[in-house]
Amino acid sequence: MWNSLLMHSEALWRMCEMKTFAVQVITLLFICFANANVSEAGQQEPVSAGTKVFTESVVLGELVTQSIESDGQQAELIKQLGGTQILWNALLDGEIDVYPEYTGTITEEILADTEVGSIAEAGSILATFGIEMTRPLGFNNTYAIGMREDVAGDLNIETISDLREHPELRYGFSNEFMDRSDGWPGLQNTYGLSPESIRGLDHDLAYRGLEAGNIQVIDLYSTDPEIEYYDLRVLEDDLGYFPEYEAVYLYRRGLDKSVVESIRRFEGAISRSEMVRMNAAVKIDREGDAVVASRFLADTFGIDSEVYEEGLWDRLLRHTIDHLYLVGISLGLAILFAIPLGVLAVKVKSIETPLLGAVGILQTVPSLALLVFMIPLFGIGAFPAIAALFLYSLLPIVRNTHSGIKSIAGPLMESARALGLPNTFILRRVELPLAVPSILAGIKTSAVINVGTATLGALIGAGGYGQPILTGIRLDSVPLILEGAIPAAVLALLVQGFFDLIEKWISK
Amino acid sequence: MISVERISKSYDEQVLKNVSLDIPGGKTISLIGPSGCGKSTLLRIIMGLIDADSGRVMINQQQLTDQNVLSLRRQMGYVIQSGGLFPHLTARENLTLVTNYLGWESRQESDRIEELCELTNIAPPDLDRPPDGLSGGQAQRISLMRALMLDPDIILLDEPLGSIDPLVRYELQRDLKSIFKKLKKTVLLVTHDLGEAAYLGDQIALMKSGEIIQSGTIRDIVNNPANTFVEQFVNAQRSPLEDV
Repeated sequence: MWNSLLMHSEALWRMCEMKTFAVQVITLLFICFANANVSEAGQQEPVSAGTKVFTESVVLGELVTQSIESDGQQAELIKQLGGTQILWNALLDGEIDVYPEYTGTITEEILADTEVGSIAEAGSILATFGIEMTRPLGFNNTYAIGMREDVAGDLNIETISDLREHPELRYGFSNEFMDRSDGWPGLQNTYGLSPESIRGLDHDLAYRGLEAGNIQVIDLYSTDPEIEYYDLRVLEDDLGYFPEYEAVYLYRRGLDKSVVESIRRFEGAISRSEMVRMNAAVKIDREGDAVVASRFLADTFGIDSEVYEEGLWDRLLRHTIDHLYLVGISLGLAILFAIPLGVLAVKVKSIETPLLGAVGILQTVPSLALLVFMIPLFGIGAFPAIAALFLYSLLPIVRNTHSGIKSIAGPLMESARALGLPNTFILRRVELPLAVPSILAGIKTSAVINVGTATLGALIGAGGYGQPILTGIRLDSVPLILEGAIPAAVLALLVQGFFDLIEKWISK
Repeated sequence: MISVERISKSYDEQVLKNVSLDIPGGKTISLIGPSGCGKSTLLRIIMGLIDADSGRVMINQQQLTDQNVLSLRRQMGYVIQSGGLFPHLTARENLTLVTNYLGWESRQESDRIEELCELTNIAPPDLDRPPDGLSGGQAQRISLMRALMLDPDIILLDEPLGSIDPLVRYELQRDLKSIFKKLKKTVLLVTHDLGEAAYLGDQIALMKSGEIIQSGTIRDIVNNPANTFVEQFVNAQRSPLEDV
């Protein structure tokens, strides 16, 4: 069977040659098309907003996007783009035009290397980067200390200082809060607290423990939707211990005046309780981010923004197209480069070990890290994701091409050379066709890995099946996670089946 | 004709020591000796598949060099023990690989194949089978056809019948002999079977540890062995009837 498989592999090989040519042409066309798009679009390009991976950021992103759109400008929203560094760099590079940020993060993280006295000073430093900052939106999302309303009411506790009178209360803090210098250690010193019982535990478990009465005092973010859900009292930071995390928008200088107005209308417009309510609507009542944002705009500014709620099948189709796009282009390019590299590794002794070593090392870079490394080179979106997936797909194909050719029996190669054929002809008509089963197995491995890894592309704004998974994690929604995970698994199986069929076909 | 002049070759130890050998045009020389004596290495050096450390190889008065190795290889046919047929090609595609490269017309190819089928006793329908669909004897015949495709003057065979069962082997030896005579090829045959060497070769060259110990007709070798090794080698042949 193996031999007959080999027999047909030459036909397949010829077909592959044609196919790779087709892929080349398509890639070229794509690149031309993409470039044409950019140059033609010019000023018509929509204003692009980005958000971090948590709900509040996404809601603030929806608010600003809908606000800009309602004022007659085109706008797009890239949800859950990543953490502070990714968004900040995307803003600097002009990949996005606006995103919601917190003053504490600006002073402690973005401008960590600079001594910043006040938030006004931070604003003027940002201006040197070409970045503008709105005035605070009206709420402060900092660490806070919370208790159940009824328990706090009974003990008459209003401020953190009041806790000093009640050392018998049991404290349950998130592990991060226990460790951070601006968390419990500093809080204990500032307020002189000495509780009899304190332990570190998971944040979600803390809410349940609080509800059950096992613990009475927990740390929280001051706009957590659970505050409303569990009817919690946020104790006043009467000594001003916690840093300010006032929400603001950061945007690029040079945006249209009308766009800037659409952004700045939120200055002082969102109170803490309103933000808590919006977070609760999304996280607890499971309403869509866009719907919640739209309602706020209508209630507060009387703005009618049209919200189009995509159905499940539309979403699925969009994610499938995005995903196939990532996988198809990156795998196609990988095949185009990896087979010649594998051949080179066989033919040029001096680069065999370094080349195989290099692609091997690429594979050991965690996929998430590789994705993030691509951002400084290619920005955000599909392009860097394709670059990372491409690098990730190289190894199995390079290695299998190399080993497929190397494993051809010595006497067979001798027979080929004895015919008086030049090396290039032997490569094309003997070595590569004989290596086709091995190369195909390598491509299959790459394709299946690629389908799985591409879900991470959503982390840098590339879309695909990772998008609903990310949203699902954010909203703690299993159905949403499955909306990405199941199609990704099915696609991986389909890809596997597709290559199994090809293998069967050439072995017929 | 082939002329091998003072060829030496070493890997970890020396496998060929200053070997010289002349094969006159139209003659068959059998190169015989125990395993590891260097006979296959010598064949590969003549084919230009391995470079010698010193000495030179002349093929039809032309010295074998890196520049002319491809064209000289095409003036020689090469057959190895297991046939070396390419498993991804049918028997016919194995035959036409080299003529494809040289750009032969398909008419020219099929005429040549027809001739060779007749010469080597292959039924044309067998040519559409892949190598693993052929018997060992058929595979060796196809392998010989492939070696003869460009009608080279010289044929090199490296234990071509080493893995063939006795009845088929007997038949193939007979066919090979008549083909060599009919085509007047210059043939170098590597074997470790003295009977085969004597039957097919006009002359025999006996090798041991990288050196040619004696060369001549089978009669010379049997009647006047150069040393005790040659004598032992000759006497190591068993007659089927010796115990009867």
